[in-house]
Amino acid sequence: MRHEIVEKHLGLMAIIILVVISFGGLAEIVPLLFLDDTTKPVEGMRPYSALELEGRDIYIREGCHVCHTQMIRPLRAETERYGHYTVAGEHVWEHPFLWGSKRTGPDIARVGGRYSDEWHKVHLNNPRDVVPESNMPAFPWLAETELDGEQIGAKMSLFRDKFGVPYTDEQIAKAKEDVQGVHELDALVAYLQSLGKTLPQKR
Amino acid sequence: MSGILSAYIAFIVALNIIGAFLLIQFTRRIKVGDESHSYKDGELIAGHDVDGIQEMNNPLPRWWLWKFYILIAFGVGYLVMYPGFGSFKGVLNWSSAGQHAQEEEAARAEFGPLFQKWSATPVAELAKDEEAVKAGQRIFLANCATCHGSDAGGNIGFPNLTDNDWLWGGDADTVKTTIHGGRKGNMPAWGKVIGEQGVIEVKNYVLSLSGRKHDADAARAGKKIFATTCVACHGPEGKGMPAMGAPNLTDNTWLFGGTPRAIEETIRNGRAGVMPTWGPILGEEKVHVVAAYVFSLRNQAAQ
Repeated sequence: MRHEIVEKHLGLMAIIILVVISFGGLAEIVPLLFLDDTTKPVEGMRPYSALELEGRDIYIREGCHVCHTQMIRPLRAETERYGHYTVAGEHVWEHPFLWGSKRTGPDIARVGGRYSDEWHKVHLNNPRDVVPESNMPAFPWLAETELDGEQIGAKMSLFRDKFGVPYTDEQIAKAKEDVQGVHELDALVAYLQSLGKTLPQKR
Repeated sequence: MSGILSAYIAFIVALNIIGAFLLIQFTRRIKVGDESHSYKDGELIAGHDVDGIQEMNNPLPRWWLWKFYILIAFGVGYLVMYPGFGSFKGVLNWSSAGQHAQEEEAARAEFGPLFQKWSATPVAELAKDEEAVKAGQRIFLANCATCHGSDAGGNIGFPNLTDNDWLWGGDADTVKTTIHGGRKGNMPAWGKVIGEQGVIEVKNYVLSLSGRKHDADAARAGKKIFATTCVACHGPEGKGMPAMGAPNLTDNTWLFGGTPRAIEETIRNGRAGVMPTWGPILGEEKVHVVAAYVFSLRNQAAQ
């Protein structure tokens, strides 16, 4: 085959390019769909409760993942500060995952239990009330908005049916009741307090 | 990783390397000075001859060609040393988790003896060790300053650690226990029990305890309510009870704000301050050192 043939037939060149670049995905991505490490939850993991799941959606809505990562890399400088490095099995139920890519604020993959609920509330309402040097935006409206719980049952069913998250019928039936009338602030705090507790926190 | 998966990955990787090699072979077929055509270098591209200006299809420069061969050799060498070729771990047996474990090991070797020495020293003693206190301050700034402030001066709802006033007791070992196991304060909400009038009266009595401006009549009424309702935790004189984390009300130090309105709010709706459990997070040795730092702050304030 002469080089010229490839250069002068764009369709052919496009197909050959696709074949070549697909090698990377075939070797690096496809196997991950079949590995236990990346498809099975770590031992002892429990799915988010209805309230935590609502909190997670608020986390996404407010764009928290733009400034906070949830991905502790296996480097001592990070594990010393944040705890055990993140493993794939902790994130198999995350859709979409919220690893983030930029740390304007600290990593919060294991923020659960590190601070009191009260601290989170004061801090979300106005971060400078507790951390004077903070540049995090304030989220005062979270304390004023209540959840109506209209969507939560459907969300949990989706997570169960499409992503294999082991919610029971009972949990889904009770979901609306669990979250209705709760302030968004409390849902977000519940979510934050649940983060990263499956693996040992020791740093 | 299963054998099939491993073979699949190894196959694609091998295919890539061989493919890259063949591609280079393919593109270098044109030889400089090939006598099969009349041009000096490479060959004329058909139709690219306008008014005597010609475009040639030249072979890759030698150095460039060799660069590709070297890259292929590098790739093969990499796959021999590092994981990548199926489930083959590479002769160096490297993994990111392994590297992390090595870093941890090196840090243990470097700092372990220091922490052991510190752990063997009682907290009160360690608070006089300048080096340990400095290390403790570092840990404090990374973990505790978020609530207590970088100067440990506290905030509304989060105790000041420099004022020699302790909710749960201020001796060295108690400070360590507080950090290690956390604390849960529990001031119940009295608004519904004693009524709005009661809240105002108790507020006035509490203000009177620390010699603040108050309504004497209301305070007298408040004292009666205090004697039945508040006394169990705050004591008959309002001096508090460190065993329960009940604050001393006579010293004019206020965790949740000392304005009449804040005091009223505390009585009406209660408070539940939480110190998280740091033992499992920081580990025994670091808790010990942080405790020494915190204890040293108190000593400074006492001087």
